[in-house]
Amino acid sequence: MPVTAVLILAAGTFAIRFAGPLLRDRVTLPERVRELMSASATVLLLALVAVSALTNGKQFGGWALAAGVAVGGLAAWRKLPFVAVIVLAAVTTAGLRFAGVA
Amino acid sequence: MLLRDVAAVALGAAVTGASFGAISVGSGLPWWMPVLMSLVIFAGGSQFMAVGIVAAGGSPAAAVLAGLVLNARHLPFGLAIGDVLGKSPLARIVGSHLLIDESTAFAMAQKDPARARAAYWACGVALFFSWNTGVLVGALVGQAIGDPMTFGLDAAFPAALLALTLPALKDAATRNAALVGAAIALATTPFLPAGVPVLLALAGLFAFRTTKKKEEPCPSQQS
Repeated sequence: MPVTAVLILAAGTFAIRFAGPLLRDRVTLPERVRELMSASATVLLLALVAVSALTNGKQFGGWALAAGVAVGGLAAWRKLPFVAVIVLAAVTTAGLRFAGVA
Repeated sequence: MLLRDVAAVALGAAVTGASFGAISVGSGLPWWMPVLMSLVIFAGGSQFMAVGIVAAGGSPAAAVLAGLVLNARHLPFGLAIGDVLGKSPLARIVGSHLLIDESTAFAMAQKDPARARAAYWACGVALFFSWNTGVLVGALVGQAIGDPMTFGLDAAFPAALLALTLPALKDAATRNAALVGAAIALATTPFLPAGVPVLLALAGLFAFRTTKKKEEPCPSQQS
């Protein structure tokens, strides 16, 4: 993660945030565009979840990894605290690997 | 009442921030990198996204692009609540940096403009401090723990993202688009450079239909 990339993302994010209050009097986004922007965030996040839960960047990432994420997802769905979600996922995967599951 | 709600959200942000700090360090970044990101980007989802793409071997360009698309949702937020920031240039500049999901939600929950402004700033400032403190603590702890923690850490990262995404998946149209997108990303992962499949998932938006129909059970996800 180069510092340049961080700064570009920061500047772009600030521009997006600053544009709203600035353009407020002149621009009205169509309902459809607003919905798409909101949905695109979820689409990207779930895609990253799927890729990082099920692959190692090229092929299937192994059952230990997939099972750990599944346990974490289940915990999140059951509304467990965020820390519990993360710890359960990591412990499950680490435990399965320790037990010899790839 | 408002302060209590803000305190609860700020505590949650601190915990999420600590996870981000620890996970980032675990993925191989120096401790100050997640700290710098949190100060200057201050948008948790895109920070997780960028670190995740780079950790998976993706290019920084793909990470920046995905982060920006993710943060594009702040534009309609700003259009919706712009006056809440205040009129002076300084208030607009500082206030813009504090424009996040939570501060927007708090401001929009208030009917009275003065209270909306108070809620926005209280939430924004509180979260800025709690989020960044959390990230710093998480990064330092993650660095101290080192290797043992990294053993299952590749599972912690997608689990954290999934927890952040779950509430938005209740909406059927969003869920359908996200599932199609995830399938596209999975199917193209073996053939494309890391980071690109996640961006390609945006094609799932073609499946985004907001026509109100009755809720279907969540279809099972297949690659």
